[in-house]
Amino acid sequence: MIELTVNGNPIAVPEGTPLLEAVRAAGVELPTLCYHEGLAPYGACRLCMVLVASPHRELVASCVYPVEEGLAVETDAPEAVTARRLALEFLLSRCPQSAVIRELAAGEGVTASRFGAPPPEKADELCMLCGLCVRVCREAIGANAISFIGRGGERRVGAPFDVQSDACIGCGACAEVCPTGAIWIEDRGHQRILHNWNTTVELHPCPACGRFFAPEPTAFLKEVLPETAELWGMCPECLRQRAARQWIEQDVVKPT
Amino acid sequence: MRVHTRSDLEKLSAEGIAALYPSRLKISVGMATCGLATGADGVYHALRDEAAARGLDLALVAVGCIGYCQQEPLVDVRMPDRGRVLYARMTPERARALIAALAQGALPAEGALAAIRENGDGSEPAKDLPPLEELPFYAHQHKVILRNSGLIAPTRLEEYAAREGYQGLARALALPPQAVVDEVSRSGLRGRGGGGFPTGRKWQICRDAPGAPKYIICNGDEGDPGAYMDRTVLESDPYSVIEGMVIGGYAIGASEGYIYVRDEYPLAVERVTQAVARAEDAGLLGADILGSGFDFSVRVVRGAGAFVCGEETALIASIEGGMGEPRPKPPYPATSGLWGQPTVINNVKTWASVSAILARGADWYAGLGVEGNTGTVVFSLVGKVANTGLVEVPLGLTLREMIEDIGGGGPDGKAVKAVQTGGPSGGCLPARLFHLPIDYETLTEAGSIMGSGGMVVMDEETCMVDVARYFLNFTMDESCGKCTPCREGTRAMHTILSRIVAGEGTPEDLALLEEVAVWVKGAALCGLGQTVPNPVLSTLRYFRDEYEAHVHERRCPAGVCRALIRLAIRPDLCTGCGICQRECPAGAIRGEKREPHVIDPELCTRCRLCHDACPEGAIEIVR
Ligand SMILES: Cc1cc2nc3c(=O)[nH]c(=O)nc-3n(C[C@H](O)[C@H](O)[C@H](O)COP(=O)(O)O)c2cc1C
Ligand code: SF4
Ligand code: SF4
Ligand code: FES
Repeated sequence: MIELTVNGNPIAVPEGTPLLEAVRAAGVELPTLCYHEGLAPYGACRLCMVLVASPHRELVASCVYPVEEGLAVETDAPEAVTARRLALEFLLSRCPQSAVIRELAAGEGVTASRFGAPPPEKADELCMLCGLCVRVCREAIGANAISFIGRGGERRVGAPFDVQSDACIGCGACAEVCPTGAIWIEDRGHQRILHNWNTTVELHPCPACGRFFAPEPTAFLKEVLPETAELWGMCPECLRQRAARQWIEQDVVKPT
Repeated sequence: MRVHTRSDLEKLSAEGIAALYPSRLKISVGMATCGLATGADGVYHALRDEAAARGLDLALVAVGCIGYCQQEPLVDVRMPDRGRVLYARMTPERARALIAALAQGALPAEGALAAIRENGDGSEPAKDLPPLEELPFYAHQHKVILRNSGLIAPTRLEEYAAREGYQGLARALALPPQAVVDEVSRSGLRGRGGGGFPTGRKWQICRDAPGAPKYIICNGDEGDPGAYMDRTVLESDPYSVIEGMVIGGYAIGASEGYIYVRDEYPLAVERVTQAVARAEDAGLLGADILGSGFDFSVRVVRGAGAFVCGEETALIASIEGGMGEPRPKPPYPATSGLWGQPTVINNVKTWASVSAILARGADWYAGLGVEGNTGTVVFSLVGKVANTGLVEVPLGLTLREMIEDIGGGGPDGKAVKAVQTGGPSGGCLPARLFHLPIDYETLTEAGSIMGSGGMVVMDEETCMVDVARYFLNFTMDESCGKCTPCREGTRAMHTILSRIVAGEGTPEDLALLEEVAVWVKGAALCGLGQTVPNPVLSTLRYFRDEYEAHVHERRCPAGVCRALIRLAIRPDLCTGCGICQRECPAGAIRGEKREPHVIDPELCTRCRLCHDACPEGAIEIVR
């Protein structure tokens, strides 16, 4: 275990823990947007800044800073508070319509931005470029369908050349993980439309009820997981009913 | 020829000496990108054709950069037993005249800049010419990294060998690898890519890191606009870099190296690729180098030119085929770099220094420069300075010696106001700090950085607010956009600066600018964002009066910011010649012939063309 102090309170966490988790374990909340336990550290939003006061004085992004023995961390040091506030103030000016960002900002005492509003064509911008969608698609799904495009202020997320992606399997993990709800996925009849990626995938009817449910490009799962191949494409409702029936047949539970 | 033993190396070196100092006339033309840009190609062809026409027997050689940009194209003529002379500002016409004189058996005085002492046969240098090393531009210089630049044909292995080439590698391979790391540590060498991290320590960390294979990378991205030190080394002396990498590979236990060169450097790519192939043919790359049993190969990778790709983690991502985007450190590349393996990444100049250090010894190197900042650095000295060019000096030289002695002060004797070091993310230091020594710590404390060696001199006609805005305009586009401070903060600083130069700044803007700058410096993810605010913070620190003049008085003291100046014709000086009227692209000037002219401020765009064109100096800039 690694021992450190957070605002003077000692805490011990396993080696390799990100400082952010140690701070949270010590009961201190920090705003985060680009951090996700299940994905590799990224350190882009810079909301989780804290001051490492000793052994060396440094402002760090706690989510990408591995804990070290004897660190003294101050989350309320003026420079750390200012850093978090400025990051939020800038994100607020980028995405004034985002309820999530407004709430995080308010939590740090920021209710207005001195840096103006987005241009009219971006007035409804919700994406703050945390990269969670890109990373979940690459690291967790393995589809690598979307990526960042452009540099600096031009940076945005999209499918290559903004045309129908052959790599997208329509799983929707990107929308699931997006902290600001910037990704719009719509199921329309036998199709799923991933509006942000200019991509449409076909849906497969549930073998039990016929409701369109599983994206066709996920059919490869039948080969990857042959033991459950027959269940592929079944909607959650039918899966639940099927499990319930099995349990009754196998006497796992009895109907009351 | 295959070079397998030390005596093979000696044979190669003897061949090189014969090529460097032939028994017939030899003319070397500086034909790196800088020379080519000023017409060295035409000079070369004129020399060749004229010599052929006159039946003059000579060895005509294209060499790399001779360093004195101001005087390009440069031609170095060596006549056996008669001496060696450097000719400056050559043109095809003057080249033909030179050949005509040489055909008469004389080294003409016309166009001669200096005598070069090193001529291989001990003949006396020409008496009536100053020796090259004594020209003010060269007097403070000490060439280690550029030791061969302009003196050898860049891809001729034998010429490199003739100038101590591969002596360092031969020596290293006879030592245990750890002793090589120790030697580099003892030399005090620090990374020349800008950060100044001790090279020996980096190697030690990588050597000790678990994991195999390990890799060597040469960082030749050089994205700073106006910087061309690394390009010059790669174009003019590629073997010095390749040899350094082999030594590094041996020291840390790597057998593969990558040279990452930006694709905008076609000549550097070509020369390095040729040199790698030639070294392979000679057995100085590949298996069992110099009979030591050590294998090392080098691959050349072309980078598609983004400033941020010079940052080591972004560069590694780019070699791996990913997006050139930095990632948080730790882990550092020395423990987890290319393909997640321990990797030493060093700058071009660092590698070129390594080969010299191993050849001449750590003590020799540690004796150059000052304690803690040993050795030499290369600067590209440019801007409002009389002598421009590539300058290599021992660390610890003062800014004043650099700017006034080597640079010759402002052009036409104008006062120098400031110097900007370290490329677009360096800081501007005022003339009153020119007593400061050039070393990593001093520059950082003063609010600038060493960076990779840009040095831009500025005079009274430079507006420091405009300078800050100019650099931010560059970095704003070069930010990869990954992290919030650099992406959003740099743009915000640029917006505020644009307001100020447009005469629309408010006192609150100054405070806001400073607040954002401090934040970006402290909170950005990588070295780019962490240094982007330097031009802003340093100008706010040393030239706050200029900011205040813009904001409080709506005045640009340097007379640069268009929104804050006015051009006016002094009726007492105007002769009514009408030149200004013809020059003005906006049609803003009116007046009868031989009568004082006037400028219509409504139409005038403040482009200053009239000001520069008026033969009477009658047009003034009203600030
Ligand atoms: C934005 C940015 C750009 C950089 N560009 C370069 C470059 O062009 N060349 C270089 O050698 N190092 C560059 N560096 C420094 C590298 O990250 C790295 O520290 C260096 O290559 C290490 O070599 P050294 O120890 O020999 O200096 C850059 C760093 C940053 C943050
Ligand atoms: S779309 Fe959502 S998840 Fe993707 S980068 Fe933008 S904010 Fe992050
Ligand atoms: S500091 Fe700039 S260049 Fe570096 S990661 Fe952040 S946005 Fe990218
Ligand atoms: S949560 Fe740490 S940088 Fe985004």
